[in-house]
Amino acid sequence: MESLISYLPAFLGGMLIGLSALLLFIGLGRIAGISGIVGKILQPLESDNQANEKLWRVLFILGLVVGAAIYHFFDPFTLPFRQPPSAWFMIISGLLVGIGTYIGSGCTSGHGVCGIGRFSIRSLSATIIFMLTAGITVFVIKHVLA
Amino acid sequence: MKNVVAIISGILFGLGLAMSEMINPTVVIAFLDVAGDWNPALMFVMLGALLVTTIGFALSLRRKSPLCASKFYLPINTAIDKPLIIGASLFGIGWGMAGYCPGPAIAGLAYGQQETIYFVIAMLLGLKGAQFFLDKVK
Repeated sequence: MESLISYLPAFLGGMLIGLSALLLFIGLGRIAGISGIVGKILQPLESDNQANEKLWRVLFILGLVVGAAIYHFFDPFTLPFRQPPSAWFMIISGLLVGIGTYIGSGCTSGHGVCGIGRFSIRSLSATIIFMLTAGITVFVIKHVLA
Repeated sequence: MKNVVAIISGILFGLGLAMSEMINPTVVIAFLDVAGDWNPALMFVMLGALLVTTIGFALSLRRKSPLCASKFYLPINTAIDKPLIIGASLFGIGWGMAGYCPGPAIAGLAYGQQETIYFVIAMLLGLKGAQFFLDKVK
């Protein structure tokens, strides 16, 4: 563990994420859950007036990429991946994340940041469960299989 | 107005993920690796985010409705049911494998690396597949 000050970017970045979630909530009355927002974009439109409900979601997701790109422009670095990075490894984990977040109605943002933020016991439970299985997975990969 | 708010909110989210390094899978895995060289960064991210949402959401809900919509859309299901437990467990396994959850993975597309693209395509397929099968069952 390093000194507390080295975690300032993490804390401030976290506050920006919180601010984003707050803006979407006070502005649109919506929960900033990334898996939920992406899931709704993937679902077919049932009526014409739903088109607007799709547009804000697409713009939010675009903003997500733009925000990261802006930061990357000022502080460019390449992401270090597990070596050697295997395409199949990423594909299997991606599938699990997609399926799991749909069945479990949320991910780190929806359950973790927003759900706990409104003191939802359901979201707190989900967060504890996915942190636990993620921790076990990392333990098995790094300390049992390696 | 609604759309402007959405895009600003998305940009803030992406900036936050990049600044906090949550966009870097090795930092996330180092948080989950309690038995290894533990990196508590993700904990500070959650603290920073929750500090804003706990206070901000409570204050927002004092209003009858949000600024640009007719009502607050709050999840109705409060049960800790089987789908929640199974789904969260599966998600956790995938998250631990790659160090990616949906937000950082999508934001990470900005960094243009192949691994991220594979992950996001698979995630979208997983989401769509789960929708297809589960919505049929319902």
